[in-house]
Amino acid sequence: MSTYAAEHHHDDHVPTGWRRWVFSTNHKDIGTLYLLFALCMLFLGGASAMLIRAELFQPGIQLLHPDLYNNLVTNHALIMIFGAVMPAAAGLANWMIPLMIGAPDMALPRMNNLSFWILPAAATMLILSFVVPFFPGGGSQINTGWTLYPPLSLQVGMSMDFLIFAIHLLGISSVLASINIIVTLFNMRAPGMTLMQMPMFCWTWLVTAFLLILVVPVLAGGVTMLLFDRHFGTSFFDAAGGGDPVLFQHLFWFFGHPEVYVLLLPSIGVLAHVIPTFSRKPLFGYKSMVGSMLAVATIGMVVWAHHQYTIGMSLGAVTYFMIGTIIISIPVGLMIFNFIATMWRGSMTFETPMLFAVAIILMFTFGGLSGVMLAVVPADMQYHDSMFVVAHFHYVLMPGAVFGLFAGVFYWLPKWTGHMYDEVLAKWFFWINVIGFNITFFPQHFLGLAGMPRRIVDYNVMFTEFNVVSSIGAIIFGLSHLLLLYIVIKTIRGGKKADAKVWEGAHGLEWHLDSPPAFHSWSTAPKAIELTDTYEKPQ
Amino acid sequence: MSAEQQTEHYYIPDPSPWPVVGMVSLLTTLVGAALAINGVDIGSYVVIAGLLLFGYLLFGWFSDVVKENLSDCYNHQVDTSFRMGMIWFIASEVFFFLAFFGALYYIRNIALPWLGGDGYLGTTNELLYDGYTPVWPTHGPGEMGGDFIVMGAWGIPAINTFILLTSGATITWAHWGLKLNKQNHLVWGLASTIGLGVIFVILQAYEYGHAYSDLNLTLETGIYGSTFYMLTGFHGFHVTMGAIMLMAILGRSLKGHFSPHNHFAFEAVAWYWHFVDVVWLGLFIFVYWL
Amino acid sequence: MRFLVSGLARWVVLFVGFFGAGSVYAEYGVNFPEPASGSAQEIYDIHMMTMRVSTLLLVIVFAIVFYSLYFHRKSRGYKADQKFHDTWFGHWSWIIVPTLVLGVDLTIANNANAVLEKVWVVPDDKELMDVKVTGHQWWWEFDYLDHGVKVESRYVPKEDSGDLYLREVDNRLVLPVGTNIRFLHTSADVLHAFWVPELAVKKDAIPGYVTETWVEITREGVFRGQCAELCGTWHARMPIVVEAVPKEQFLAWIDERNAAKAAAAAEASADKTWTMEELMAKGEELYNTKCGACHQVTGIGLPPAFPPLKGSAIATGPIDAHLDIVIKGQPGTAMMAWGGLNDLEIAAIVTYERNAWGNNTGDLVQPADVKQHR
Ligand code: HEA
Ligand code: HEA
Ligand code: HEC
Ligand code: CUA
Ligand SMILES: [Cu+2]
Repeated sequence: MSTYAAEHHHDDHVPTGWRRWVFSTNHKDIGTLYLLFALCMLFLGGASAMLIRAELFQPGIQLLHPDLYNNLVTNHALIMIFGAVMPAAAGLANWMIPLMIGAPDMALPRMNNLSFWILPAAATMLILSFVVPFFPGGGSQINTGWTLYPPLSLQVGMSMDFLIFAIHLLGISSVLASINIIVTLFNMRAPGMTLMQMPMFCWTWLVTAFLLILVVPVLAGGVTMLLFDRHFGTSFFDAAGGGDPVLFQHLFWFFGHPEVYVLLLPSIGVLAHVIPTFSRKPLFGYKSMVGSMLAVATIGMVVWAHHQYTIGMSLGAVTYFMIGTIIISIPVGLMIFNFIATMWRGSMTFETPMLFAVAIILMFTFGGLSGVMLAVVPADMQYHDSMFVVAHFHYVLMPGAVFGLFAGVFYWLPKWTGHMYDEVLAKWFFWINVIGFNITFFPQHFLGLAGMPRRIVDYNVMFTEFNVVSSIGAIIFGLSHLLLLYIVIKTIRGGKKADAKVWEGAHGLEWHLDSPPAFHSWSTAPKAIELTDTYEKPQ
Repeated sequence: MSAEQQTEHYYIPDPSPWPVVGMVSLLTTLVGAALAINGVDIGSYVVIAGLLLFGYLLFGWFSDVVKENLSDCYNHQVDTSFRMGMIWFIASEVFFFLAFFGALYYIRNIALPWLGGDGYLGTTNELLYDGYTPVWPTHGPGEMGGDFIVMGAWGIPAINTFILLTSGATITWAHWGLKLNKQNHLVWGLASTIGLGVIFVILQAYEYGHAYSDLNLTLETGIYGSTFYMLTGFHGFHVTMGAIMLMAILGRSLKGHFSPHNHFAFEAVAWYWHFVDVVWLGLFIFVYWL
Repeated sequence: MRFLVSGLARWVVLFVGFFGAGSVYAEYGVNFPEPASGSAQEIYDIHMMTMRVSTLLLVIVFAIVFYSLYFHRKSRGYKADQKFHDTWFGHWSWIIVPTLVLGVDLTIANNANAVLEKVWVVPDDKELMDVKVTGHQWWWEFDYLDHGVKVESRYVPKEDSGDLYLREVDNRLVLPVGTNIRFLHTSADVLHAFWVPELAVKKDAIPGYVTETWVEITREGVFRGQCAELCGTWHARMPIVVEAVPKEQFLAWIDERNAAKAAAAAEASADKTWTMEELMAKGEELYNTKCGACHQVTGIGLPPAFPPLKGSAIATGPIDAHLDIVIKGQPGTAMMAWGGLNDLEIAAIVTYERNAWGNNTGDLVQPADVKQHR
């Protein structure tokens, strides 16, 4: 298969058929694969969310056995985070980073394909873990939630092992993808582009990739210990042998907290392009943006235990973790501020990506502020493991991560496909989506405050009303994604031709390429004049 | 660290089957492993099939790379990409080990004092363990795995430290040979490094055997056994992988694949070997000695 | 539809009432219930404070964004100010904004710290009353260490609890008001978390470790909470009900429990040979409360997690093996060791299991057999 001969090719022969996708070494194709995979996973994870909400629609156990319910919760979280959001962000990175920095491709194209193809394998393992208990001798279901805390996870049957291996695979995939991105950004920038002139999306991914390389292996280590405790008689998480179940929580959250910034940052990067474009004004505070991102990443690595305030840490420890966590509002606040200042005195128009951007600023701030409330230890004694936390993290995850990806998809879809999407339908999608989202998750704050724990399949009648509202919202919200699917398919299949520079206010190298760009783009480095067309020059 | 020198075209390999083969092999291996550890018989065969496929993949992938390299597809920039890739890969490995070192730290400095009734949470000991005093090394209040004897630092482990440090020197020596374009010097340096690595693994295996049969120190020996075997075991695994990689490099050296200016593969393996070295130093200090 | 309307109505009330007067939301179940302990009150206050601060910040952000959205739009002919980031504000905002945010942060942290210390540090009090709280899959065990009384607390099925289903238990945790009480949390199997919102103590129960919290209950009443840490299948069925009573009443209750315990012990150790009917009746009751959650009242279990006892090899095989697993449990599974039950109770349960649901072994296990087996 390998053509190692001196046949140096820029003869632009596009491989065809299934080989083009399966054997691909082209960043655009791999990016597309990532995005399609993420879309499938969004629907799979969303389907489990719909089942969860259907079960919670009324008190009582209607549809799901409790273990099945919690298995769905587990899968929902893992599929959404590892299957939908991270691959979608990686898809954007694959597509856009080489275009933005004027590189011919990712630095390590074959490895790029490997990091993608591991994902379907991981998804297969994950789905197997769900299916195995339905077979005789398959053991019990994974009823632990995505946090997999022992000793509960030690009680689960063999499906847990499938899940552990799935996590290993996901970890390998993320680490390889991150290595590739870091190397690309360091080594493949167009001549003349310094780090501090990189488009902001590249910066966000650089920091994200660092975070991933540093924390994902720790998760892998943690679940490996779990595996050994389950099968090989070790006692990492067993007090009788001198271990401690809480150790797992530390390992998990040492990964888990930075992970939430992994989910957040790429979307922040998208915003840093969308908002200037539609405000027709340079990004406010490029340097402080880079600085705050580095600060978020650094502080984010050392505050993990705010997920475990209730495990009986010393006063000193909780005080430290509390203050550290609250302090994160400074860099994140600065980012939000920079976005607002970019819009300020801009000349704004409101195409769909911009609508999402504005919604993100408003709703992510909301979620972030409830995060600061959670960070306050004594108050978290009440909030912890209640629906309030569920409300918090969906308010940061949906706007902070998913909506950012939606914004990115609408922003770049014309570039990828060469067709304009249907703006009217997209606006409909936006409004239904955002309103549905708020109806779904806003009431969960009250449920939590009133005392409803999370991860319960059945609840007392006093919690009925808000759950009903939330479930109805979820149906609206869920169905709105069918509209998204329709819009995307429609755009791929045709539509108004898009210019190279799709948006009036857009700047950056990617807009100097045709829409869609040639199979191999930037095989010669961009010209100096193209390089200066950037909003991201330091002030 | 910038890309001023983008003079020639960056080499983009043609479509390649290896990534998907990699996916299939990993999936097969892990599905097999999940079945095998749960006592499903076909599991182990599936694992073996997966591993064979994985071996085939490594072989195929790297031969492609070698061929591309020999036919001068790579320019300086590609070389830099490879180097950076390797560095960040090692960084991720460092953090993998950090998880285990972190676990050891946590157990020794937080969990055990807690079990022993130290400080602000004295009631644990009072209520549940009634006077149990944990002293590292321990197998916990439940005395998991029965009485055991601790692995001393100054026998085989000290010898092993010496061996690994020496091997770090020999590989550097080999690198000099390569840079000076002295084939013999290079080959002997590599061969002795491999020899030392193999001796290390053999001694380690002997030590495990000794621990299992004479000291009653097993994976099941409470938290001491757990951390001991996990840390040393993963390290030993890495040494084995490193030694195999060194052998491949030796083979390529004998074929004269490397030139004084173009030998990324050699350097990557050398870095890896140094990394394994450093981890061992950490192990020697925190697992055996302190 | 009714639900929807009332749900929306609550929601509207909430928007109005959330951040305003204190009493409105309490009625609507959209905020913490009325605190019943000193720390709960303080926590409530800090919660309200952070919420007000957050609301204020949110209003500011919304106001600026909406102002900008309205005035700085192209359709109104607004020309972008390309030099905005070059003004003094553009140059210094990176330090101004963080300073302001830091100010707010420190205010929050400072207030939180004061509360935290009070909540965290158990008062040094000779009269401190210790209650050991052990989480089990899926019931609570309350051990009044100073009074020698133990209470097992389980959820009450819907038929008997009605609207309080999942918020009602068979045996409540009775506590005196005006006393410093220290809870010592631990677990017999997996993680659980003790949470009663009115008392505001949530702490994880960790197997093999003990964590602690303390409260001083300030008013009488019945306070309901739930297990807050996912603990497996019936995590939703671990309610906690605290009944706070005056001290004298509490002591009277303790005496009553002690008397009942003595009577039960006497009955168990009496050299009596029990008849099948007696043991079966006793066994059925005990089995249904203690074992029914997993093995089900019908004995068919919930496979694959919980094996059926109906027709099970152990429940119909040798008695010794059966006694063994009941007394010692099965480590690593949800099957705990039930050796804490007295001989009579174990005898009754085992007899029942061996003869109910068509397990007609005819075996009759006497307390003496259990005693001998131990
Ligand atoms: C994208 C994901 C994401 C993001 C960005 C965040 C951001 C934050 N999160 Fe969140 N969080 C999650 C995802 C995320 N979180 C998830 C998934 C969980 C639950 C996991 C589980 O248990 O399953 C969780 C849980 C969680 C907890 C644990 C709760 C519990 O279990 O008891 C806490 C506690 O401290 C917390 C805090 C915070 C804080 C302080 C931030 C901060 O970064 C927020 C900073 C942002 C702002 C503050 C708003 C903007 C700033 C301004 C407008 C300036 C002015 C502000 C001030 C002066 C305060 N989060
Ligand atoms: C990026 C992450 C992410 C995303 C996008 C979502 C999206 C959603 N989540 Fe997610 N959720 C988590 C991460 C995420 N969640 C995590 C980490 C947890 C914690 C798990 C744990 O406790 O362990 C959690 C837990 C969680 C719970 C709490 C369960 C419990 O504690 O008992 C609930 C309940 O309402 C919920 C609901 C939803 C809903 C309705 C959506 C919706 O946004 C989904 C919308 C999308 C779709 C619906 C897909 C598209 C459409 C279709 C499939 C078409 C078919 C539609 C219909 C039939 C209507 N989630
Ligand atoms: C929290 C759940 C739970 C409760 C409560 C529980 N059990 Fe079990 N029980 C289990 C599980 C799980 C097993 C399977 C253990 C295994 O895998 O070997 C089991 C196994 C058994 C067995 C062996 C059955 C067989 O065929 O393997 C017997 C007998 C038994 N339990 C009796 C009891 C009695 C008596 C009680 C009450 C006093 C009780 N159980 C309460 C979970 C429970
Ligand atoms: Cu006990 Cu949840
Ligand atoms: Cu966090």
